Amino acid sequence: MTTSQYRSEVTEEGTGIVRVTRKFAAPRPMVWKAMTEPELVKRWLVGPPGWSMPICEMDVRVGGTYRWWWVSDEDDQEFGFRGEYHEVEAPERLVNTEYFEQGNTDESMGDGSHVTLTLTEQDGVTTAVTVMDFHTAQARADALATGMTEGMEMSYQLLDTLLEEQKKG
Amino acid sequence: MQQLDLAFTALADPTRRAIIARLAEGEATVSEIMAPFEITQPAISRHLKVLEQAGLIETRIDGQRRPRRLNPKTLEATTDWLERCRAVFEANYQRLDALLEEMKMEEEDTTNLKGTEP
Repeated sequence: MTTSQYRSEVTEEGTGIVRVTRKFAAPRPMVWKAMTEPELVKRWLVGPPGWSMPICEMDVRVGGTYRWWWVSDEDDQEFGFRGEYHEVEAPERLVNTEYFEQGNTDESMGDGSHVTLTLTEQDGVTTAVTVMDFHTAQARADALATGMTEGMEMSYQLLDTLLEEQKKG
Repeated sequence: MQQLDLAFTALADPTRRAIIARLAEGEATVSEIMAPFEITQPAISRHLKVLEQAGLIETRIDGQRRPRRLNPKTLEATTDWLERCRAVFEANYQRLDALLEEMKMEEEDTTNLKGTEP
């Protein structure tokens, strides 16, 4: 895995919001395509080593739905996200709901969140801003503390991997 | 993970966050901790118990004194959440970088085939 010159930033904002910002060295229409065409999304939203993404269905139009599903190769754990697209303005703005599907894990994520993706381009570099609104500070805390346990467990593994890579690099 | 859950629950309370902030300046006895609060000693003791069970603070035995101090290990794991969240996104985004590179090369190939580039 080549290390990008860009680094994602994650911040908490206001009541219940988590904002993720990342730059990509590609024009906006290309980033939009890679983020909205399921066969392309499947290639990068696969989770950490040891997990696969057998379901990646996305009907990207207003009122359309999506479903993402991940399965651990090691211990049959599985979980996913689903939601509906509320605003689709290619190639710059995507608004959708996001609900956690607990699968056979014992976590839940409450009332879900509103996710707004905004893409802007300058000099061939595209900035992607993902704003996840959990609506209340409590729901965000819950999502962070429990609902995203799977994500966290994934991230523990990922963090280890990333740290290893950084050490090697 | 359960420890982290307890830590998040413990930190949801403003008094307990204030206690953590106080202990971040250095260890303190119960009476020192409770001084700035308009709160009874049993109430402070309950808060300290919650923080200790969450692994956020620990009690040091110093003769007759029982000063509390932070347990930096748990606190680090807790405050690290955003960093861990970032790691998830970053790993995905690094794969997206690779995919975009591929897409750019494919686009160049297509363009070259059309003969619009040297």
